[in-house]
Amino acid sequence: MRNLLPILTILAGIIVLWYAGTVWLNSAWVYDQAQRTGTTVSFSEMVAQTMDQDRPVLPPPHQVAAELGKGLFGQAVTSKRSLIYHGYVTFKGTMMGFGLGIIAGVLLAMAIVRFRVMDMSVMPWAIISQTIPIVALAPMIITLSSRLGLEGRDLPKAIIAAYLSFFPVLVSMVKGLRSPDQMQLDLLKTYGAGEMATFLKLRLPASMPYFFASLKVAIAASLVGTIVGELPTGAIEGLGARMLIGSQFGEPLIMWASLFAAAILAGMLIVAVGFVERLARRRMGVPG
Amino acid sequence: MSALVIALVVWLALWALNVWLAESPVSRTRAGKVLVPVIFGATVLVLWEGLVRGLGVAPVILPAPSAIAAKIATSLPMLWQDFAQTILKGAIPGFLIGCGAAFLTAIAIDRSPFLQRGLLPIGNFVAALPIVGLAPILVMWFGFDWQSKAAVVVVMVFFPMLVNIVAGLQASERMQRDLMATWGASYLQTLVKLRLPAAMPFIFNGLKIASTLALIGAIVAEFFGSPIYGMGFRISTEVGRLGLDMVWAEIAVAALAGSVLYGLVALIERWVTFWHPSQRH
Repeated sequence: MRNLLPILTILAGIIVLWYAGTVWLNSAWVYDQAQRTGTTVSFSEMVAQTMDQDRPVLPPPHQVAAELGKGLFGQAVTSKRSLIYHGYVTFKGTMMGFGLGIIAGVLLAMAIVRFRVMDMSVMPWAIISQTIPIVALAPMIITLSSRLGLEGRDLPKAIIAAYLSFFPVLVSMVKGLRSPDQMQLDLLKTYGAGEMATFLKLRLPASMPYFFASLKVAIAASLVGTIVGELPTGAIEGLGARMLIGSQFGEPLIMWASLFAAAILAGMLIVAVGFVERLARRRMGVPG
Repeated sequence: MSALVIALVVWLALWALNVWLAESPVSRTRAGKVLVPVIFGATVLVLWEGLVRGLGVAPVILPAPSAIAAKIATSLPMLWQDFAQTILKGAIPGFLIGCGAAFLTAIAIDRSPFLQRGLLPIGNFVAALPIVGLAPILVMWFGFDWQSKAAVVVVMVFFPMLVNIVAGLQASERMQRDLMATWGASYLQTLVKLRLPAAMPFIFNGLKIASTLALIGAIVAEFFGSPIYGMGFRISTEVGRLGLDMVWAEIAVAALAGSVLYGLVALIERWVTFWHPSQRH
């Protein structure tokens, strides 16, 4: 809790800057309107008018909060305007991608640690795969899967999310599975442990801290992937699609509200992963 | 069908070669370390080509590598124009401005532990957020040309960079800082001669993350509006026109640009942080 005061100070600073930015960016419109109607506005009038425009350049925090509240609590959960509904769609895609990414990452890491040829040939390409901007592939994956007769956008979204989230898991698991030192490996050999037993009783438990550390990165990456997967061409559900709609119809408030909804979702996911991590650590007897 | 069989045979043969190479002493040499992944990449391409030809996959679903290569060869000027717009004008300036701004901010709050304690958790949180979502808003603010793309990149790279630099500046040890103090080193001297060099591994870690984020930001921003060229624009329009060979050509360019940018950062890292354990073999 030592950090609470500094964090609140920074947050307050951000909000003050935001209001200043609101006045600065929205004032042009107010002066424009005043000039058109031939009136002049004083500074305080101008400030007041920048606070509740319908289509502000930068909406003030309270307007965003109001729109967010309306989106979250103002409608039935099943409504197409409910951010909870869209958030759920995005959440579903994120979790599918996260699951796929974990499976792919762990399996690949196991193969890489076991077979030297996999390590040498696949590992460099795994690194290169992350320098390819996946978003370049996103529109294609989506059209491709619909051409192949896959209904819905869940799978393509999950593939994009998995592509982004498998890498942190892979890197950490390779490190983790290799973390037992020679002494421990030798000990198991003196016990007459086979390869399978060594893997299950030494390598796998030893890799767990690495695994959980990577999950936080992976879930954030998965959410980014899902949102990117919702952006291009014709999505109607999900927070990313909501942003796109806000952009196309010139409704900045919708964009900001969905952006903050995505931020809240990200926060909840990270906290949830952290909770699972603590649970697992306690279960495995790690102190603290 | 014969194309498929040939491809499978070639794939198996090359894979066997790789298995043999990985077990042989050649794999310890430098050439072996390059050769094995290159052979693996070649096997994937051969298999891809064989599958497309052998199974008669329509080019609107998956074009063969040879078709993509032909497309790249015939549309070089267009690819260059898109590359210049997206990478040279959007991603690189945004990357430089964002990293520079993060560096200046980190230095500015360096003397205030209070601000650091506040900024680090927030920065960590924001770095995990889907900042890409800001793209439509920034495109609305800065217009369709490269300025809005650079702005998206700036926002995307800023927080990961900031967190890494602030963490890096705290990386020097108490003992080392005390030593600098006994030599009567000023704040600036300590910063330049001890703390910045000690922070370099962290800074380069951030730069590597930022280099891939920069490309993502620049391309996504183009989905929300762009002039009639640019890699993101080309990809989204060609997908609509079913010109998948062009899409793959752009992806190849993006992959190449991403790898080169990443490799450049890694090269400079090796040169700057030659003293770090991870760089010594």
